[in-house]
Amino acid sequence: MSRKLIFELSLEGKKGYSLPQLDIDDRAIEELIPGKLLRDRDANLPEVSEPEVVRHYTSLSRLNHGVDVGFYPLGSCTMKYNPKINEDVSRLEGFSKVHPYQPDETIQGSLRLLYELNKILCEITGMDGVTLQPAAGSHGELTGMMIIKAYHKNRGDEGRDKILIPDSAHGTNPSSAAMAGFQVVEIPSNDRGSVDVEALKDMVGKDTAGLMLTNPNTLGLFEEDIIEIAQIVHDAGGLLYYDGANANAIMGITRPGDMGFDIVHLNLHKTFSTPHGGGGPGAGPVGVVTELVPYLPSPLIQFDGQKYYLDYDRPLSIGRIKSFFGNFGVALKAYAYILTMGPEGLREVAETAVLNANYVMEKLKSYYDISYDRICMHEFVLSAQRQKKEDVSAMDISKRLIDFGFHPPTTYFPLIVKEALMIEPTETESRETLDEFIEAMIQIAKEAEEEPDKVQNAPHKSPIGRLDETKAARKPKLRWQPEE
Amino acid sequence: MSRYIPNTQEERQKMLKEIGYSSIEELFGDIPKEIRLDRNMAIPGPMSEMELLRHMRQLASSNKHTGEYTCFLGAGAYDHYIPSAIDHIISRSDFYTAYTPYQPEISQGTLQAIFEYQTMICELTGMDVSNASMYDGATAVAEAVLMACQATRRSQVVVARSMHPEYRQVVNTYTKFQDIPVTEIGYRDGMVDMEALEKAITGETAAVVIQSPNFFGIIEDIEPIAQLAHKNKALLIVCADPISLAILKSPGELGADIVVGEGQSLGNPLSFGGPYFGFFATTQKLMRRMPGRIVGETTDKNGNRGFVLTLQTREQHIRREKATSNICTNQALNALMATIYLSLMGREGLKEVAYQCVQKSHYLYDKLINTGLFTPIFKGPFFKEFALKSSIPVDKLNRHLLDKGIIGGYSLEKAYPELGGGWLIAVTEKRTREEMDALVERVGEIAGE
Repeated sequence: MSRKLIFELSLEGKKGYSLPQLDIDDRAIEELIPGKLLRDRDANLPEVSEPEVVRHYTSLSRLNHGVDVGFYPLGSCTMKYNPKINEDVSRLEGFSKVHPYQPDETIQGSLRLLYELNKILCEITGMDGVTLQPAAGSHGELTGMMIIKAYHKNRGDEGRDKILIPDSAHGTNPSSAAMAGFQVVEIPSNDRGSVDVEALKDMVGKDTAGLMLTNPNTLGLFEEDIIEIAQIVHDAGGLLYYDGANANAIMGITRPGDMGFDIVHLNLHKTFSTPHGGGGPGAGPVGVVTELVPYLPSPLIQFDGQKYYLDYDRPLSIGRIKSFFGNFGVALKAYAYILTMGPEGLREVAETAVLNANYVMEKLKSYYDISYDRICMHEFVLSAQRQKKEDVSAMDISKRLIDFGFHPPTTYFPLIVKEALMIEPTETESRETLDEFIEAMIQIAKEAEEEPDKVQNAPHKSPIGRLDETKAARKPKLRWQPEE
Repeated sequence: MSRYIPNTQEERQKMLKEIGYSSIEELFGDIPKEIRLDRNMAIPGPMSEMELLRHMRQLASSNKHTGEYTCFLGAGAYDHYIPSAIDHIISRSDFYTAYTPYQPEISQGTLQAIFEYQTMICELTGMDVSNASMYDGATAVAEAVLMACQATRRSQVVVARSMHPEYRQVVNTYTKFQDIPVTEIGYRDGMVDMEALEKAITGETAAVVIQSPNFFGIIEDIEPIAQLAHKNKALLIVCADPISLAILKSPGELGADIVVGEGQSLGNPLSFGGPYFGFFATTQKLMRRMPGRIVGETTDKNGNRGFVLTLQTREQHIRREKATSNICTNQALNALMATIYLSLMGREGLKEVAYQCVQKSHYLYDKLINTGLFTPIFKGPFFKEFALKSSIPVDKLNRHLLDKGIIGGYSLEKAYPELGGGWLIAVTEKRTREEMDALVERVGEIAGE
């Protein structure tokens, strides 16, 4: 049965709002705004009572899988538990009801929080300055790419128009580099799933602006040659950009700054436990080494020993990349998370995340193909090529996992692994949950051999069957229309 | 161990042993020794829940907020009423602990809500299609500019100086890295200077970008601007206040090609500037050039209506460096808040909010003018915000008001040096007659000093 849309619940005269009576004499609206600027026809918004609105969205919410509902091993997304106290503190009136343009003396609490978070993120990444303006990971990447461009330009080092990116990288990497006006050059991976150092040596040159790298990379493998890679890029005059999507593996173990990176973004909505919200809001703070601090977006938050203030006097800055001061409400939750964990806690996060991933990988290794048989970090990539021979695809396996109450892994990514299933358990899962997932994966591998149609037609227990994505794209229907 | 990590030390040891390792350290063997951190990070914590709460309360209490102060400050972030039900619904963890709905079979809640959101945005803006959201109003404008350049294959844009200064700054940042020159055109009577606009548009202009109501609160005359843009085969981008669209003619109806804006007014808290969300809508014709995620309707194998992410070949995870934008994570939960807000307010409620904004802002405008301490700066019609020239220095004025529990207006001089003494006042439906009268009275006090 199809579920109703909010518009299909609408009935003229119903209302879900209450507003006070206007307490001043009202004037004819045409007296205040010329009639030609006013609408002739109302926007067709629904008319629904409050209990109906609440029930409608509550019933919608129940069709979703979330971290609080069950295991969510979505690779590269770090779907860890979202602490509840952080939701509470973000709703304190002293945070949620503050206008961004209030005078400095009335926002000292917010500024101090952001200032302290900056310092903490510097220490975690080994950087010297941080901006909290970027709203998400790819926004941070874009910011980083702009900084690279501004840096070379300001030094009069013209002609550096290429960004090197491994073939295993997230799609946002090449896209962000292109958006900042760079050309993208793809570096091949070697047979260990790492950057091919020899190929890199041949590719760097006077046109190299920088290298974007995720480490551990999207295969969940640590780039062992990182010191040499950094040396090669620096010697060629380029800068190194660290995509922090996988920072959960290394907190307290090693730092991008120590590896030789010049610019780092972090995803507060991955590594630092802030909820994904069904696709945002996130936050993608960017950290840089001392030499690049002048290029960070404006304003920066400073402390003069007495009070916190916003510093706009930054002539080399790339400019502003978002209104106001970034996603403050997200930064606040990350700050609360870090204070809760402390330095040892964050290290335990990395250790446990890596252990959990290796535990699941080892137990599944004999049932699925694995392209690179190495110790993994916080995630690993299986290949369903063996199952594909029985005509069962990675997508089928993903959909079948839904029947066991699990969210599917990231499927068909990274692109360099055929039939890829990218699994990231995170540290917030118990051994019992991991064992249940392992059992389900083993059973599905058996089903693929013995009763493939069961897997091919999955899911069987979801609120809705497998959806026709081709139809959606061929004849796009992107909004509701009232029936004629 | 932390309370967020279920496995005990003992279990960790057992797990290690089962997979053939003797220590956690072994798992980090691929990391060269030279780059290992051989000390604890120098960061604060750990804190118990009680300690954390105390600390956070302390920080929060060193802010002043609109719960205890009366707010007449706007300039892009507004103190509108937020119905209680919104926070209850978005606090359902099936909504806020979910990821982007890549697996439609277990994400129908998020997907259907986005489909409803897209419909509402189309209704308000008068456009054919909407995406699932952008980071904020400023980046929505910037992405609209980049999209217009791609769509027209032109590489110059004309931006109204009457648009929010920070939005213009973000446009400048985004465009300068793609060598897209931006020409700013001035204002006359607080509205786009038509003569200057006519001169600025050329055969190379990809888009004209305006805001309405603009930064000064004034409703622009969109139609002739659209005509001028289209005469030159340029696109018109309008940045709009969604609340105003309940009563104002939609930009779509007036000829806009892309309509964007800041969505915070729709049920999102001020939260010191974020997270908010940007909305982004355009025509059928330009649909495939839109940045960001889009939800479309389809059916499952049994013919049931369902929703999926669609037109994904525009996006970075498929197209990589050729994508229409690099945006991935957006502001889904904030857009959900707006969806619930618009469902609760509905057709009549949103009109009533808009109507009260108009009535109250005009009431206060007249009262302030009548004090003799202020003169109008502009003549154009306004919606919920207006600019006055103050005979008292704005900083002094705002300081006095703050002492009396009022957050005063925005000082225009910061962003518009030519508007010395300019004071931008926002009046939402939340302001009462008593609060407005109190403002006028306090202003009188300072003049009498």
